[in-house]
Amino acid sequence: MTTTTAAPLDVETIRKDFPILSRLVHGDKPLVYLDNAATSQKPRQVIDALVEYYEKHNANVHRGIHTLAEEATALYEGARDKMAKFLGAPSRDEVIFTKNTSEAINLVARVLGDAGPGYRVGPGDEIVITEMEHHSNIVPWHQLAERTGATVKWLRLTEEGRLDLSTLDSVITERTKIVSMTHVSNLLGTINPVDVVVKRAREVGALVLVDASQSAPHLPLDVSTLGADFVAVTCHKMLGPTGIGVLWGRLPLLQELPPFLGGGEMIEVVTMEKSTFAPPPHKFEAGTPPIAEAVGLGAAVDYLTAVGMEAIAAHEHALTAYVIDRFAEVEGLRVIGPNTAENRVAEVSFALEGIHPHDVGQILDEQGIAVRVGHHCARPAVLRYGIPATTRASFYLYNTPAEVDALVAGLAQVRKIFG
Amino acid sequence: MNLESMYQEIILDHYKNPHGRGLREPYDGESFQVNPTCGDEVTLRVALADAKVGDVSYDGQGCSISQASTSVLTDLVQGRTVEEALSTMDAFVEMVQGRGQVEPDEDVLEDGVAFAGVAKYPARVKCALLGWMAFKDAVSQAVSRAEGATR
Repeated sequence: MTTTTAAPLDVETIRKDFPILSRLVHGDKPLVYLDNAATSQKPRQVIDALVEYYEKHNANVHRGIHTLAEEATALYEGARDKMAKFLGAPSRDEVIFTKNTSEAINLVARVLGDAGPGYRVGPGDEIVITEMEHHSNIVPWHQLAERTGATVKWLRLTEEGRLDLSTLDSVITERTKIVSMTHVSNLLGTINPVDVVVKRAREVGALVLVDASQSAPHLPLDVSTLGADFVAVTCHKMLGPTGIGVLWGRLPLLQELPPFLGGGEMIEVVTMEKSTFAPPPHKFEAGTPPIAEAVGLGAAVDYLTAVGMEAIAAHEHALTAYVIDRFAEVEGLRVIGPNTAENRVAEVSFALEGIHPHDVGQILDEQGIAVRVGHHCARPAVLRYGIPATTRASFYLYNTPAEVDALVAGLAQVRKIFG
Repeated sequence: MNLESMYQEIILDHYKNPHGRGLREPYDGESFQVNPTCGDEVTLRVALADAKVGDVSYDGQGCSISQASTSVLTDLVQGRTVEEALSTMDAFVEMVQGRGQVEPDEDVLEDGVAFAGVAKYPARVKCALLGWMAFKDAVSQAVSRAEGATR
């Protein structure tokens, strides 16, 4: 992301689109929102799209022939088109709406256990994940392994917060059925070399799932060149509403794999004896979907596209470099993850010597600065670095160098209280 | 209630110089408690002596609130009858879960009143109660064991 030539972002104008960024907390403290890896704030355009949908178009989709039903369906399916384009998907039918990334990964883990020979994960098969995964990319695989008798194997981490690829060939073997890895670590900020892992997975005929929860909001993403078979995204981290995520999958795979949940919408014919199923994506979308959320997501994709993902990535790269630079001045601060702006995003976890992250977060909050503290649902990785928890500051397109300065000043206040 | 009053000198003192820290023997009950949302943990042991709470020893890791609260706990329960200790615990729990509406009794809670400010921060209530939950569990084990022995 360092070679982009995109024009710099007009951050002051962007900030005006986000009503929440002008609120005060704890009386008179301007909000400094640095918890974007947990969820992003929403621009006026997304909020308006939700309101307009409910005020003017609300109906169930794919069901009625009345005006509202057709409008709602067009908006819902229009969001699928927008997301397909945003992700570089070769076909809109490859874009499945889910509740979030967790549901997207659970979907894949469940159907691989139920699949016919070829894709089915069974006794003796191996599932490979990495030590830097979010619990949402660990637990469904633990569950699949328990259900099927398969084994979970791990790619480990290096001291500086990168994947240890020296064991790639011994961890990913002919027994491997699927490799599920994060594109960008929500704890460490590391951008992983997906291509290297995909190459090895291809050699042994394993499928690859990429968790793009922390990359899709921040980096240009193109599933047609990424090399994965499945890509999972949660949309509330990319300016969209909560309650909607996307699973992208290669169409032939989606056609062959069995359905996930059963219910309305996902069927072809139902008789008293049996059911047959709709083609993808509807095969994987049982029940009334998150319609308003999809409409909001469509507005979020429009917003990100108009600003430009290259420009967003360049802005955040510059912020990362500045954070790393300023953090070097903070006494007793240890960055957990790569201590460089290269191949990492603007999510920086750190430990402050002798002060627990809960206390750091509380004292920052009192100054209006919102960060995340804890194990970030990535407990194996946190433990790998010999600590129970970290403080994490995570930035987005609307954050400024002045907010980095506020954070550094806030940390000085933490030191003062715990001095 | 501002933050400085949550991070009172009393709390910071107990955090930096905890009372009774370290696991010791003998003991009659032991409990390990963890706060799954943040990973804070404490292991706490209770020894009974003449129907009273004797040595309370503990080890753990966590934020200032969880660790200081456990340090204060040891001062409040040792040498008391089990009933008195549990009644003090109830007063402490009532205070920190009281959303700032409960006026603490300093005669009962002593240094524990410093945690009154925590009641305004729902995310921190669990921190303040971590050691107390371990005490409740450990003391009930110790009592059951003592009752078993006299039967």
